Amino acid sequence: MRTITADEAITEALVEEMRRDSRVIAFGEGTATKGYKLVEEFGAARVRNTPLAEGIIAGTAAGAAATGLRPVIDLLFAPFLTFAMDEIVNSAGKLRFLSGGQFSFPLVTVARTGGGWAVGAQHNHNNESWFVSSPGLKVVMPSTPADFKGLLKSAIRDENPVVFFADIGLLFVPGEVPDGDHVVPIGKADVKREGSDITLISYAKTVQKCLEAANVLQENGVSAEVIDLRSLKPLDEATLLASVQKTGRAIVVHEAAGPCGVGAEVAAIIAEKAFGALKAPVVRLTGPDAPAAASFPLEAAYAPQADAIVAAATRSLSRA
Amino acid sequence: MTAIETVVDRSVTEALETMMLIRTFEEKSAALRAANLSPNMCTSVGQEASAAGVIKNLREDDLILTNHRSAGHLLARGAEPGRIFAEIMGKSTGYCKGKSGSLHISVKELGVVLTSTIVGGELSLAPGVGLSLSMSKSDAIAVVFFGDGAATEGIFHESLNLAAVWNLPVLYVCENNQWQAYVHRKETMLADHVSEFARAYGVPSKTVDGNDVEVVLDAARNAVDYVRTMRKPYLLETYTYRVRGHMEPDDQAYVDKEELASWKRRDPISLIQSRLQRDGELTQDEIDVMWQRVQQRVEDAAQFALDSPYPGFDEMTTDVYA
Ligand SMILES: Cc1ncc(C[n+]2csc(CCOP(=O)(O)OP(=O)(O)O)c2C)c(N)n1
Ligand SMILES: [Mg+2]
Repeated sequence: MRTITADEAITEALVEEMRRDSRVIAFGEGTATKGYKLVEEFGAARVRNTPLAEGIIAGTAAGAAATGLRPVIDLLFAPFLTFAMDEIVNSAGKLRFLSGGQFSFPLVTVARTGGGWAVGAQHNHNNESWFVSSPGLKVVMPSTPADFKGLLKSAIRDENPVVFFADIGLLFVPGEVPDGDHVVPIGKADVKREGSDITLISYAKTVQKCLEAANVLQENGVSAEVIDLRSLKPLDEATLLASVQKTGRAIVVHEAAGPCGVGAEVAAIIAEKAFGALKAPVVRLTGPDAPAAASFPLEAAYAPQADAIVAAATRSLSRA
Repeated sequence: MTAIETVVDRSVTEALETMMLIRTFEEKSAALRAANLSPNMCTSVGQEASAAGVIKNLREDDLILTNHRSAGHLLARGAEPGRIFAEIMGKSTGYCKGKSGSLHISVKELGVVLTSTIVGGELSLAPGVGLSLSMSKSDAIAVVFFGDGAATEGIFHESLNLAAVWNLPVLYVCENNQWQAYVHRKETMLADHVSEFARAYGVPSKTVDGNDVEVVLDAARNAVDYVRTMRKPYLLETYTYRVRGHMEPDDQAYVDKEELASWKRRDPISLIQSRLQRDGELTQDEIDVMWQRVQQRVEDAAQFALDSPYPGFDEMTTDVYA
């Protein structure tokens, strides 16, 4: 085990995968500048700076992926994905199907989002659900340095286009990462803490809020299970449902806004497939339907906090 | 006649037969649509010289990207007309199992690698295909066909610029057919020629008479040579005209009759046919035999597609994820 940040974990994963497979290439606005060590090791052909043009960065990745390379592109901040929607959604996501399976698009798009840097709504917009509802894509959003590393390695090895969201608030938080070839499978949730009274389901920075809430609840004699989804598509339904079957209560927590968000999907899955086990309605705690403010206190308050989770859990448990 | 001239002449005759095949295919396709036997689709009638002239210059290992108006490119590349008809009709024998329909047909085995019906989509994918080729040992090139309308999309400019700064072996072929769906090109751009944009990106370019297949063959040979040897992009604009509507069926009520008539007088097939006849390269009998051959082929192909089954409902959800 070593202690590194999520940001370092991203670089480690990339370096290891580039060593492992010569088809892996990386490019983006400043990728070669910031990754000068990668340029030294892998050469300028495999690590490139690009023009400031997200559409063509993503399109080039899709075209390269369809013809034998495995690009990892850095689109910087999630709102910039709007400039690359056609290439990610219409090309990478659909052309496998539309070609009758003739082509695959093994590419990874990295984008940062979430509160933490006071950069405001055009740099901070948790738009992951847009990609969850687009066929052909996989979507991951880890919460620990170990998962950043392991999921990025899996994403690079995956034959499908993967959108990798990096929560800005977590990038420089250190955490333990196993030594060696640490790979975390896409589509597998992580039960962070076992419990029997209520299930707290989350991903990215609000996983920590759920763990904090679970500690408080424990003091109140409530045993909360905490699940980190990690992978938003495919979603690990089995782990979710098994937990709700056990606890009969669920709260879904995320920083992204509520309407048609991941929480809505999770709540619907539980209602459809574990209705009989439910002792109380599934609750969603999400960011508001508003652009994220830059101001630090407002930005921090955008994501649901531990006390709100405790309060929601307490309300849920008060129902017979 | 020298040996070299003979080779050139044969390629022109071959190009003519390809053009005849495209014309016959497209008109049959429109007729099938009119008879409600096939869905709406976009024909390339009037633009056959561009497809035939460019693609005749490519090697088997070169890769092609195209768009919604692709049947000519596919046929020039040697695709089976029956499998294209089948794809347009959404039949399981189509090149994409009927999942593409007419708008995004790709044929991996022929190097028609990617097709997007998002106007400009093919332009966004082309540098990546060029990048794969530039990082491989081969000297193959990528050729991307797009319309004048696509040149008004921002992604055209992003694509050309990236291909230029990364030295990518991509031949950009703009088929300037004067129409962008139901809008005339003159309404959407002040320049007459898309090739002018290329200069700003440091990409050599040329506009040629896209209705004269000999001119296209020549210009494309030079363009292909440039891209193959220099490993840099080039833009070739084939100036031509969309003789039928944007998408079948289309009454073309919005089309200027004079303009249409003047372009019809420069029909690319009649043009080369009469030139080859005048020069004694082909007789009327030989030309008739060529037409009969393509007509038979297209009739058989249409029948094959009509007789083919639709895909099973399970295909609705296959090929989504690898
Ligand atoms: C992004 C996008 N916008 C609009 C359309 C609808 N559309 C399909 S073809 C077309 C015209 C394209 O014109 P051009 O690029 O000149 O190609 P042409 O059809 O003339 O071959 C339009 C507007 C589309 N398919 N994609
Ligand atoms: Mg046009």
